[in-house]
Amino acid sequence: MTTAAHTPTAKAAAPAGARHSSRTPRKRGERSPVASVALHLTLVIASVIAVFPVLWVLLTSLKPAKYATTTDFFRETTFENYTNLIKDTEFLTWFGNSVVIAGLTTVLGVFVSATTGYAVSRYRFPGKRGLMWTLLITQMFPVAVLIVPIYNIMSTMGLINQPAGLVITYLTISVPFCAWMMKGFFDTIPREIDESGMVDGLTPFGTFWRLILPLAKPGIAVTAFYSFITAWGEVAYASAFMVGDENLTLAGGLQKFVNQYGAQWGPMTAASVLIAIPAALVFLFAQKHLVTGMSAGAVKG
Amino acid sequence: MAVHTSQSVAKAAGDDVARGRSRGTGTPPPPGKFRRALSVHWYAWTMVAPVVIVIGVIIGYPLVRGIWLSLTDANERNVARSIGVNELPATYEFVGLDNYADALTGGQFLGTLGWTLVWTVSCVGITFALGMALANILNRKIAGRSAYRMALILPWAIPGFVSVFAWRFLYNEERGLLNKILGGAGIDGIPWLNDPTWAKFSVIAVNVWLGIPFIMVALLGGLQSIPSEQYEAAEMDGATAWQRFRHVTLPGLRPVSTTVVLLSTIWTFNMFPVIFLLTRGGPGESTQILVTQAYKFSFEISPRDFAQSSTWGVLILVLLMLFAVVYRRVLRTQGDNW
Repeated sequence: MTTAAHTPTAKAAAPAGARHSSRTPRKRGERSPVASVALHLTLVIASVIAVFPVLWVLLTSLKPAKYATTTDFFRETTFENYTNLIKDTEFLTWFGNSVVIAGLTTVLGVFVSATTGYAVSRYRFPGKRGLMWTLLITQMFPVAVLIVPIYNIMSTMGLINQPAGLVITYLTISVPFCAWMMKGFFDTIPREIDESGMVDGLTPFGTFWRLILPLAKPGIAVTAFYSFITAWGEVAYASAFMVGDENLTLAGGLQKFVNQYGAQWGPMTAASVLIAIPAALVFLFAQKHLVTGMSAGAVKG
Repeated sequence: MAVHTSQSVAKAAGDDVARGRSRGTGTPPPPGKFRRALSVHWYAWTMVAPVVIVIGVIIGYPLVRGIWLSLTDANERNVARSIGVNELPATYEFVGLDNYADALTGGQFLGTLGWTLVWTVSCVGITFALGMALANILNRKIAGRSAYRMALILPWAIPGFVSVFAWRFLYNEERGLLNKILGGAGIDGIPWLNDPTWAKFSVIAVNVWLGIPFIMVALLGGLQSIPSEQYEAAEMDGATAWQRFRHVTLPGLRPVSTTVVLLSTIWTFNMFPVIFLLTRGGPGESTQILVTQAYKFSFEISPRDFAQSSTWGVLILVLLMLFAVVYRRVLRTQGDNW
């Protein structure tokens, strides 16, 4: 019986080989050396293009500022850009602002939207379709449609240049996004668990809180992380709402080093590395789950 | 915001009996349709309430105000503001649809819209094609696959504004690495960001670079969910590699690709940081997309033109919503349950 299992493959290979008699029949998954080289070449070129700009900034940050624009890969490796950045600029203040603002946005966003993600994953209720569409549509809200009214509201409330103003603003991005993502993660948790909770006499909220939430922790972590990164990298609101050196976030601060009159590439590259490395490490760790949540939430909408 | 606009009351009511009924025991049959719905669905409604409230307050209210501003002549000088201790009241006036008429009949909006469309279509098209190619390569058994994958995802992992500054560093006309390399090969440096045509090319290149990882990873996930039996069956029927791609891979990727195309179209249309940080819309206004131009009206020119900016914002939103509706309808007619 075991030999019989192989026959379909053999049969399939034979006619294929007969038709293209010049080529040797190949099993599925094997390829010619030429194809292999071509594939690897493509991947190597693509990887170099993907990595190089980042790598170049890293290498530049380790060169003395006066050599920043030379093409040598290594030249008097030094950390002076980093020490100068921390000593002579407001970098740490900006970093702190960004941490506080992105952190608060994340915590509030996740906290507000967790139950919604669960409800839209589990229940059908009047208004659900409308809510799902609202969540989707608010993600396509251009900065341009909200930035002026929010700016005006904030300015009458005295919240321009205040971290609180930016946090509230960022919630407009983070809340719909978190709800959307978390729905995707809750969808991956089997409904039988809810049912067992019901059988044990838990209320819907009890089921959510005691059974589902602990299981969804990784998904929530990923959602939280992604909304942190989004706030961390936001440019438009940050540039418009935060003025004055001490209130800038990193996105605004980095612009200080590069303006139309020239660029201080030394501190700029050092700052870039300090901003990017921690984010990149965690991101690479979380990215597998990220797409699952995003596409699952959307596909099964 | 029209949040509770669903038509699916009947369908929904039937579906949720198991969960809702436990709360309703002992109460007499409620008189009204709404009361009945409330007794069945109050749990779900309570759970979504925080988001509905937050969206209503911080998105809905500003949105309504934004639409209102677009119907006025509001600018920096006539909005309510406080100077020191003096509170100045708003003095702007309702002007009806004048701003919309100006925008739609003047050349600036339509010109910017034209480039925004070119920008969006070329970015999404190129990004999708390259992402698809890379995803298919990475989906094969190939040595060092996870290392390649890691490298290719890197642009996504770096905060966008950092990458954009890295590219500005490379594009720098006199001292940037790209021109040094060209110079080394005996080619004249290219004014990457200072020539209208090259600037357009440059901003698209950066956005493609930024966008490929997301599409690639999403499609890779989609590819892995296509059952390998389908490929085996196709191969048995003598399908060539191209036919397999055309008739197995593409249909199998449909749910994922419709989503990523929709998302990346919206994101690209509104891609503020790339344009703002690379060129500020320049040289001239040649790379200005709708979003950056709307931003410019209210935050870069003086006096700040809030009305104009809001008008552009509303028009952008309308365009995107039209796009989403049409897109969804097209998918529907093709049989997607989306």
